[in-house]
Amino acid sequence: MDFEGPLVAGLQRRGASRPDNRARRATGITIAVLAGVTIYALATMDLAGVNVPRAVSDTLRNFGTVFFQPHTHRLSVADAFVEIVMTLGLAVLTTVFGAVVALFLGLLGAQNLAPKAVTNVVKGLVALIRAIPTILWVLIFAVAAGLGSTAAVIGLSFHSVAYLTKAYAESFEDLDRGVIDALRATGATWWQIVFQAVLPSSATYLLSWTFLRFEMNFANAVAMGAAAGAAGIGFDLFMASGFYFDLREVGLVTYFILATAILLEVAATRLKAKLKEK
Amino acid sequence: MALLELKNVTKCYHGAARALDDVSFSVDEGEFVSIIGSSGSGKTTLLRCINRMIEPSDGQISFAGLSVSGLRKRDLRRVRTKIGMIFQHHNLVERLSVIENVLHGRLGYKSTLAGMLGVYTREEKRKAFEILEILGLDEHMYKRCDQLSGGQKQRVGIARALVQNPRMILCDEPIASLDPGTSKVIMDYLSDICRDWGITLVISLHQVELALRYSHRIIAFSKGSIQYDGTPAGLTRERISSIYGAEPMLARQAG
Amino acid sequence: MFSAQADVFVRRRNNSVFFFGLLGAVTIGSIVLTQYDVAKGLISFAKAFFWGASNFYPVGTSFRRLPDILVKLLETVLMSISATVVAAVPSLFLALSGSRSTRIHPFFTVCARGIGSFFRNMPLVAWAMILMLAFSQSPLTGFLALFLGSLGFLTRAFMETIDEVGEEAVEALKATGAARPHITFQAVLPSSMPQVVSWLLFMIETNIRDATLVGFLTGTGIGFLFDVYYKSFNYHAASLVVIVTVIAVIGLETISNGVRRVIL
Repeated sequence: MDFEGPLVAGLQRRGASRPDNRARRATGITIAVLAGVTIYALATMDLAGVNVPRAVSDTLRNFGTVFFQPHTHRLSVADAFVEIVMTLGLAVLTTVFGAVVALFLGLLGAQNLAPKAVTNVVKGLVALIRAIPTILWVLIFAVAAGLGSTAAVIGLSFHSVAYLTKAYAESFEDLDRGVIDALRATGATWWQIVFQAVLPSSATYLLSWTFLRFEMNFANAVAMGAAAGAAGIGFDLFMASGFYFDLREVGLVTYFILATAILLEVAATRLKAKLKEK
Repeated sequence: MALLELKNVTKCYHGAARALDDVSFSVDEGEFVSIIGSSGSGKTTLLRCINRMIEPSDGQISFAGLSVSGLRKRDLRRVRTKIGMIFQHHNLVERLSVIENVLHGRLGYKSTLAGMLGVYTREEKRKAFEILEILGLDEHMYKRCDQLSGGQKQRVGIARALVQNPRMILCDEPIASLDPGTSKVIMDYLSDICRDWGITLVISLHQVELALRYSHRIIAFSKGSIQYDGTPAGLTRERISSIYGAEPMLARQAG
Repeated sequence: MFSAQADVFVRRRNNSVFFFGLLGAVTIGSIVLTQYDVAKGLISFAKAFFWGASNFYPVGTSFRRLPDILVKLLETVLMSISATVVAAVPSLFLALSGSRSTRIHPFFTVCARGIGSFFRNMPLVAWAMILMLAFSQSPLTGFLALFLGSLGFLTRAFMETIDEVGEEAVEALKATGAARPHITFQAVLPSSMPQVVSWLLFMIETNIRDATLVGFLTGTGIGFLFDVYYKSFNYHAASLVVIVTVIAVIGLETISNGVRRVIL
């Protein structure tokens, strides 16, 4: 029984869109290219003498230890809690610094508020900042500030600024041009328009995006704790796994990080829903 | 001396036909002038050239004896405080309350800092409240604007223009989005404002019958130039159909 | 006329004071807690620019490292692409089983969301460090870490896509009496493909950045190379690494955007 003919015909009759051929072909080609590259990558991957089957079984055993036998050793539960708060503190700092700078840059990057030349420069700057991975930013600043929380916060803030600038600018651009025109017609200055119309209208979006970034920054702060010696639970994770090889403690730390991240995610969803009502 | 004078005002956009073609007319203080014409005839462009929201390509515009065309930013802002503007889509900050939107009209008079922070004097707030009372909106003073009906929003827009203490108000199709009943209410308000407060009104409309009923003077546009400039009485049926082209219904309304 | 409670100006001012006060308190609290040195931060910020201007650029000798760098870059890019594509398969499966339009039972939605959430919130660093124990410093470690890290995001992204796109197509076909697997494969999947590919490209871009971090920790790819130069104070070579990375990332983004324009 041939289903395909009537199925497709049924789709077309109901007006369900049939993607035009060029798009379909391009999609197919893209998938094919990606698959091809993947196969090539896997085939040519340098296994560096690793005995894969044994490594896999070892890893599975390690996961077992990590997830099913967490214990406190060098770190008590209270210690871990404090470390989490420290990491959150770093995340707060980089988010706040990022938001403050991003407010200005976002205004300059919004096409309904600034001339095209300026918004292009801002967008280019943002793209450039985002192209450099966070770890590299942190290490660059660690030359001047030493490895630690200070360098981490500064380094993290670059991506915070870039991400929030783009998000803020798009929120600002959402404001109807007419409202801005109306206030210009009363003789208001640019700053007055920003504070009296642009910011109040986009406030809820700004908050939403900022909290989202805070969520991401928590994960980043954990990573910088592990890779760049910043304070917080990331550093403990690094030590437990790379120095003490205590997988059970790794498990404890991992659970703490997971729990915090999930809590933040839930809070972000709630906040978004609440702000949407307003 | 006329309050508003336009001399040979022209506006061309790149390549396209002229939006405004050698437009000249003057408006005296206290006049109620309606600009009519089909869409694309240049009505909106004309209004926005008057307060330089759009820059004319050529010609002279003067308001209260002062040439608008050459003004620098700060002086332009000062002139704009004396010219109110009302829009088809009201252009209110929806999330803010009625009273806050009305007081936006005072921003041009305030220092940048005071305006940014929304610090208004008691006198300004009192005036805003009085205007809202006159327009029948005092009960809704603290309501968010997105909770209002179209007609109410437009009245807030009018209040915002009035609180500027303007000598002239430009109205860009103020009733185009409203139903006939509400349109009449708005037109009545505008007419009262003109008569009782002595504020000059320049309104662009496409409802010819309303223009005929309320205005002292009608200026009709077609393809960027003036086809008729005179009293409502002089606007005959033939004139109307020649302005609007083949739009018999409007012509019938006017006749 | 202006009752104090209803007076919106008073209310706004109070709200602002409360909000900014709270924000200020949290910020200052964080500064104290993390012992962030504000002064040192600002000074370092300025110092870094001076240092950068005088040290952080490639010189003649650095270009000799270029072949090494390019090899590692290729390794990183290949690792990112393959990890993303391989992760897409289970993610798509999970998304299909959990999406409202194609699931067999609502229970699977909860499962899919839970699994997705788990993987999305697991720190990438944890995966990398644990994997390194058994797989040591091989590209396989980086690959697996990125693979595990991509599962969470892709699952949710795909689920959202299928939810959005699936509804109309499913409705249309249900009316013809078609069976679920047919609906899924003949309508939902083809309709979602463009957006799925778009997400894939996005994840690849993200993974290249994460690959630098993972590489730094696990001794693979371009992150490792940067670490080597950095620790040996060869800042000129390190800067070359950064430049090459930037070019690669921007190049990939340009290609992705071009592809998106055509397929979406």
